[in-house]
Amino acid sequence: MTLAAADPAAAAAEAGEPRRRGGGYRRYALGKVLGALGSLVFMLVVNFFLFRVLPGDPARTLGRGRLSTPEQIAEFNKTYGLDQPVLQQFLTFLDNTVHGDLGYSILYHRDVSEVLVERMWPTLLLVGTSTVLAALIGVWLGIRAGWDRASRFDRFTTGGSLTLYSMPEWWLGLLLIAAFAVGIGPLPGLFPTGGLHSVDADPSSLSGVLDTAWHLTLPVITLTLAYLADYALIMRGSLIDELRSDYLTTARAKGLRDALVRDRHAVPNALLPTTTVVALNFGFVVAGAITIETIFSIPGLGLLTTDALQVPDYWLLQGVFMLSSAAVITANLAANLLYGLLDPRVRT
Amino acid sequence: MSLLKLKGLSVTYRTEEGPLPAVRDVDLTLERGEVVGVAGESGCGKSTLASTVLRLQPSSATVSGQVLVDGEDVLTMRWGDLRALRWAGASIVFQGALHSLNAVRRVGQQIAEPIQLHEPSVGAAEVARRVGDLLEQVGLPASRAASYPHQLSGGQRQRVMIAMALACRPSLVIADEPTTALDVMVQAQVLDVLSGLVKELGVGMMLISHDLSVLADMSDRIAVMYGGRVVEQGPADQLFTDPLHPYTSALSASFPRIGDPAARYAPAGLAGDPPDPRELPPGCSFAPRCSLAIPDCTTAEPPLELKRPGRGVACIRVGESV
Repeated sequence: MTLAAADPAAAAAEAGEPRRRGGGYRRYALGKVLGALGSLVFMLVVNFFLFRVLPGDPARTLGRGRLSTPEQIAEFNKTYGLDQPVLQQFLTFLDNTVHGDLGYSILYHRDVSEVLVERMWPTLLLVGTSTVLAALIGVWLGIRAGWDRASRFDRFTTGGSLTLYSMPEWWLGLLLIAAFAVGIGPLPGLFPTGGLHSVDADPSSLSGVLDTAWHLTLPVITLTLAYLADYALIMRGSLIDELRSDYLTTARAKGLRDALVRDRHAVPNALLPTTTVVALNFGFVVAGAITIETIFSIPGLGLLTTDALQVPDYWLLQGVFMLSSAAVITANLAANLLYGLLDPRVRT
Repeated sequence: MSLLKLKGLSVTYRTEEGPLPAVRDVDLTLERGEVVGVAGESGCGKSTLASTVLRLQPSSATVSGQVLVDGEDVLTMRWGDLRALRWAGASIVFQGALHSLNAVRRVGQQIAEPIQLHEPSVGAAEVARRVGDLLEQVGLPASRAASYPHQLSGGQRQRVMIAMALACRPSLVIADEPTTALDVMVQAQVLDVLSGLVKELGVGMMLISHDLSVLADMSDRIAVMYGGRVVEQGPADQLFTDPLHPYTSALSASFPRIGDPAARYAPAGLAGDPPDPRELPPGCSFAPRCSLAIPDCTTAEPPLELKRPGRGVACIRVGESV
């Protein structure tokens, strides 16, 4: 019997079908990029008007009573463009933002963009390293725990993760400082209590890099432990959801070893929800870990935000807000693009 | 030596409500190139039987008896030997191909996987060529290898499953309800493909279905299961046209036959549900639904006996002068 002839209708339908894989992803990606651009514009609008409706008159707050006469207040408002109509202010704001001018920080007496760039690196280093480490270790733990569900490893990992998850991160940081940095722990002075580098270190030399790594060890461990649980538990949960799936029975029936069934079939499917969470969390890298930067005195964006709030330094705050929102939007876009690569179903 | 021989096979699941005997003392033989159909309602143990042949039953199952593939007991085989047997010696066409295929891998990769695993010496180009050939054998264009499962229709996916099952040229294929998820037209096409290839390649097949008419069409012999046991077995045509066990009669009567007006105007269903395997009725488990049941039926489980040449039946009333 000739099989193709057995069902001419189906064969014709299949042959006539156009290939649409590459185009599918391009169209999908374009849609997501446009969506992200839309969010970015919306964020700019909100950011501008948020600071206009915020209580407090800049001239009075910042003048601390020194600007007493109406003339002085008018002068202040003129300098900062506050005498213009709101729409005009908004257009100026858009124009400046597009050109990288985020205003002037009255706290540091420098351009906001300059301060932001300078303060961004310590945060990226601290939170970025911790997020990457936490994601790698957490996903690995989650895979092992979920695959051997209810094993001793699983019970230990899940219990440990939940304990860390419920622990305030600043408290964990304080415990680590007490144990490894100040005089009361078993290894006093093993790590510094805070700061990004020693006063005399040259950050561009090798010893300077090692010095920074030494300073960042405790805060990175703190944040890694704090973030870890999230990834471990999500990965474990999504892997367990896959365990009874029919396609795993197929993979086993093919004669694959257990580890290959797991790594080649179960994990790629279970990775989808975890990818979303990891990528989204990268967006919060820039927002920083305010409490941890405070405890370890790391001059990052978190510490900058607390400082700016106390003045309050409106332009600086506005810059911080814009930077972190842009990071979240970018991370969201990255999550979507990655998801489209990992799961062929979402792009068609 | 038989290609597949099940000897006294029993499978019991541990459940919270107590042990669930899904398969009870089944003997079944399948010769090279032969197609044996396994029929029965859902829950009668058919699919458990299928998964046990490659030792794929869940860990909550305890298995006793023997599953001999080419004389070797699958149940006691070392893991390495079992993995080597899986797919290369015996493969499975699963039901519901949407879930049985991995959604995030191209179907070509999935068909190629067992070839790469069991024949590591075959080069990449040769693997690709074989995948293309397999797809064409089941009536799909070779370019379909680049598709993902969700881009295919149900019938196409089931064809991919068949191509995959034949990838390593096994001598035994177990088809577990290969067409239940498909509509009737597509079902007929897929069955055509399957039976054609099985004949062409001389593969032995265990075909599992609840549809006795499909089995009668495609099988050489049929075993009918009820309550985890084989209650009747024999040559396919005889079993369908001249059933001996009352359950087989009911099953065959529930499918109207073309050209048989009597069956058409009096569609016969079977009242009641299959028994809960945890609480099987005493004696013959079919007795509560059986129109021929007599008090003796509930005293002891009737053994599967040869009532006619080649016809095994587990019913004390068959062979009586009715």
